[in-house]
Amino acid sequence: MVAQGTAPAGEEVTSTPASTVGSRFSGSRWRAGAGLGLVLVVLLIFPHVLATPFWWNVGILAMIFATAGLAWNVLGGYAGQISFGNALFFGAGAYSTVVLVRAGWSPWLTFPVGAAIAAVLGVLIGIPCFRLRTHYFAIATIAVAEIADVVVNSNSSLGASSGLNIPIKPYGLATLQFSVLNPTPYYYAALILFGLAALWVWVLVRGRTGAYLRAVRDSEPAASASGVHAWRMKLLAVAVSAIITAVAGGLYAMYGLFVDPSLVLDLSVSIDIVLVAVLGGAATLFGPLIGGWLLIALQQYTRQEFSSSTSGLDLLIFGVLIVLIVLVEPGGLSVLLGRGWTWGDAKVQRFRQARQAASGAKEAP
Amino acid sequence: MDLVQVIVSGILIGSIYSLVSVGLTLIFGVLNIINFAHGSYLMIGMYVAYYAWSVAGLDPLIGIVVGAVVLAAAGWLTYWLVIRRLIGKSPLAQIISTFGILVALQGLAQVAFGPNDRAVANPVAGRLNLNIGQIVVTGPQLAGFLGAVLFTCLVALLINRTEVGTAIRATGEDRGAAALMGINVRRVDALTWAIGLSCVGIAGALLVNSYPVDPNAGVTFGVIAFFAVALGGFGSIVGASIAGIILGVAQNVAALYAPQYALVALVGIYLVIVLIRPQGLLGTR
Amino acid sequence: MTLLEVQGVSRWFGGMRTLNDVSFAVAKGEIAGLIGPNGAGKSTLFDIIAGARPPSAGVIRFDGKTVTGWRPHQAATAGVGRTFQLMRTFDSMTVLENVAVASYLRHRRRATAFRSAQEVIELAGLAPLAGTRASTLTAPSRKRLEIARALALQPKLLLLDEVLSGLTPTEGQEAVRLLRLVNGLGITIVMVEHVMEVIMPLCDRLVVLSQGQVLTEGTPAEIAHNPLVIEAYLGQI
Repeated sequence: MVAQGTAPAGEEVTSTPASTVGSRFSGSRWRAGAGLGLVLVVLLIFPHVLATPFWWNVGILAMIFATAGLAWNVLGGYAGQISFGNALFFGAGAYSTVVLVRAGWSPWLTFPVGAAIAAVLGVLIGIPCFRLRTHYFAIATIAVAEIADVVVNSNSSLGASSGLNIPIKPYGLATLQFSVLNPTPYYYAALILFGLAALWVWVLVRGRTGAYLRAVRDSEPAASASGVHAWRMKLLAVAVSAIITAVAGGLYAMYGLFVDPSLVLDLSVSIDIVLVAVLGGAATLFGPLIGGWLLIALQQYTRQEFSSSTSGLDLLIFGVLIVLIVLVEPGGLSVLLGRGWTWGDAKVQRFRQARQAASGAKEAP
Repeated sequence: MDLVQVIVSGILIGSIYSLVSVGLTLIFGVLNIINFAHGSYLMIGMYVAYYAWSVAGLDPLIGIVVGAVVLAAAGWLTYWLVIRRLIGKSPLAQIISTFGILVALQGLAQVAFGPNDRAVANPVAGRLNLNIGQIVVTGPQLAGFLGAVLFTCLVALLINRTEVGTAIRATGEDRGAAALMGINVRRVDALTWAIGLSCVGIAGALLVNSYPVDPNAGVTFGVIAFFAVALGGFGSIVGASIAGIILGVAQNVAALYAPQYALVALVGIYLVIVLIRPQGLLGTR
Repeated sequence: MTLLEVQGVSRWFGGMRTLNDVSFAVAKGEIAGLIGPNGAGKSTLFDIIAGARPPSAGVIRFDGKTVTGWRPHQAATAGVGRTFQLMRTFDSMTVLENVAVASYLRHRRRATAFRSAQEVIELAGLAPLAGTRASTLTAPSRKRLEIARALALQPKLLLLDEVLSGLTPTEGQEAVRLLRLVNGLGITIVMVEHVMEVIMPLCDRLVVLSQGQVLTEGTPAEIAHNPLVIEAYLGQI
């Protein structure tokens, strides 16, 4: 007898349409999980496979910027508020860490402080600026980040334009400083940071918060009419984005042991963050991984090859890529990759179905 | 007297901000797209004028024509290659794509021209210096002011007094109706980009009289142009012109009292006005 | 028992008065129709009742409480669901996800919210479209989606803005069936409409708005023969 309804995943495959649906469900779930596992394994063994200072540096910066890109996604991708000023949060985290560590704090304690400062800044800015429409808001974020850049540049207790450094301490987890000759602990710290941030965002986005954020993005009036407190959602998005970005900034400071406005508050930092997020996929969790690795690898490579801090080739490539992506698939590279995935997946399914039909025909009563 | 000097200088540089902003606001008014790459095109305009001088010996005052033509072509090209596929897409898509152009142009400039700055030596305009009472006006400043005012007025005349301008305004007001009336909307779009970018081409030639050019040269101007457009009201040519002058004066006055906070003053004015009156001084959207 | 009371509501903007001293009441369980020529101010009135705009003057009372000037999410929480004249669906989401956004108001957890959304979708006859992206829907389906989304709020009052226009006769019949079903569940309905043949048999009462003012109100039979109403419509030509 042919069973009606969907078969639960894992049920034995027979030649009924219903259980074909069931096996497709379990099949692609398994494949997605396997893909994720593969990515995780690659990320974990990376520093031992590509064990050169160049690649270690790329890996650390890539994971830090992937985290910042993920944070941008919460605000820009999910909530639809496009910010070109996230360097403000990155810098807040970096400077908080540097200032407090110089004052004797443990680096680990500085992260929550930087996060809190960034969150407060984000909310304070959001309150007036979220009233602005998309374009105005984007420009306002540039404006605010510029102000921060200038303020720090002219403030000598924050090091002005020369910056501040963190004195070298004995290596170890407590001081969060590690040997330059083997900086892989930084890499794992950044990896864990990304993992925790991705987990947090996943939990948020999966449930009511995520639905509400996307509703606000798609149509604020309809969202309000459906019971969504749009204001609160936007402030929540900016706070989450700020917190994650700030911790990434703090880790960046501990890695480089030095901050100055051009490194953490400049417009170019905000631009890098946006590139990472959008290239990989503006409303995805793992898009920033793709964007981060691509951006940093290309950046570091072109700088090395052209032996100048402003070689520009990476920017040119990225600019063109971004334009192409937006025109072809606004969902970013992760969607394009996902499409390739589903295409391959569909091919395998059709093959399976054909095979089932053939064997089922032999077994038909 | 210092204050008066500073205000005068502010008006002079502000006129160039106005010219740049007029191009930006024109593009927005007709296509509803903000060209985030506007400052980068200005930088290209400056390079065009520079190379017109260093390769062909053309003084920047003549380079104005070269700049206008080259940038107009760039605008036309940008429209047909990229912008026309953006019409009707989400604000996110539009913002990100012109942003992508910005990044690409920055990269292109760094690769093609290198990071060092270049300056035009001994421009014709530089040989003049005016002294009106106690106010000093340098030749480049004067040339810039006159050129900017001239071309801003030309653009305004074009938009308001010619048939082409009427077609542009019609398209800006109601694309559907304009199309129904036989206006080739796409042509108008491309033309708008050409005009808008020729403004920065002209501005670029005017600026190399006094400023050196490097790949980052256009960034500040671009940001200021956004502020001016938003301040004056998106889509309003008159608004952008006035706002440019206001910002120029504000920046210079602030520089007198607290030099490092000049940019902050600009930004502050923008934020204050836009928060009180979101549509800007003369805007309607 | 009165569920909705509109008292002396006016709205002016610049020099224009879009609404002038509008007053009427809607009883619990009624289906009331808000009709009138174009530009009469009907959608503005809806906006004010649903909290999208404040009135310049006047009072709105809902379920016995004065709620003038409330915000849309407060209206939704209190039990007012609405649709929009210019359709506003969440285009990046599927039909099910669209409705789930509203379900989340009453069900905190994802599983229960989606279950409730599924039930509402089936009630509204949208079950076959559950997994379809809202941006790809036809206009009648999107209107139905907006109704379903409003229903997921478990509203006491449903404000429907021209949900019947642009439908074929068959689609119109189905829509009316849905509305009767919804009303049968105890939900009060106020609907702005132009499609007279459908609204006459459906509504218990009609309120006629013309040029921002209440012209008259009464049963469909009374309204159909009211010379003032006829003139208001014809006078527009």
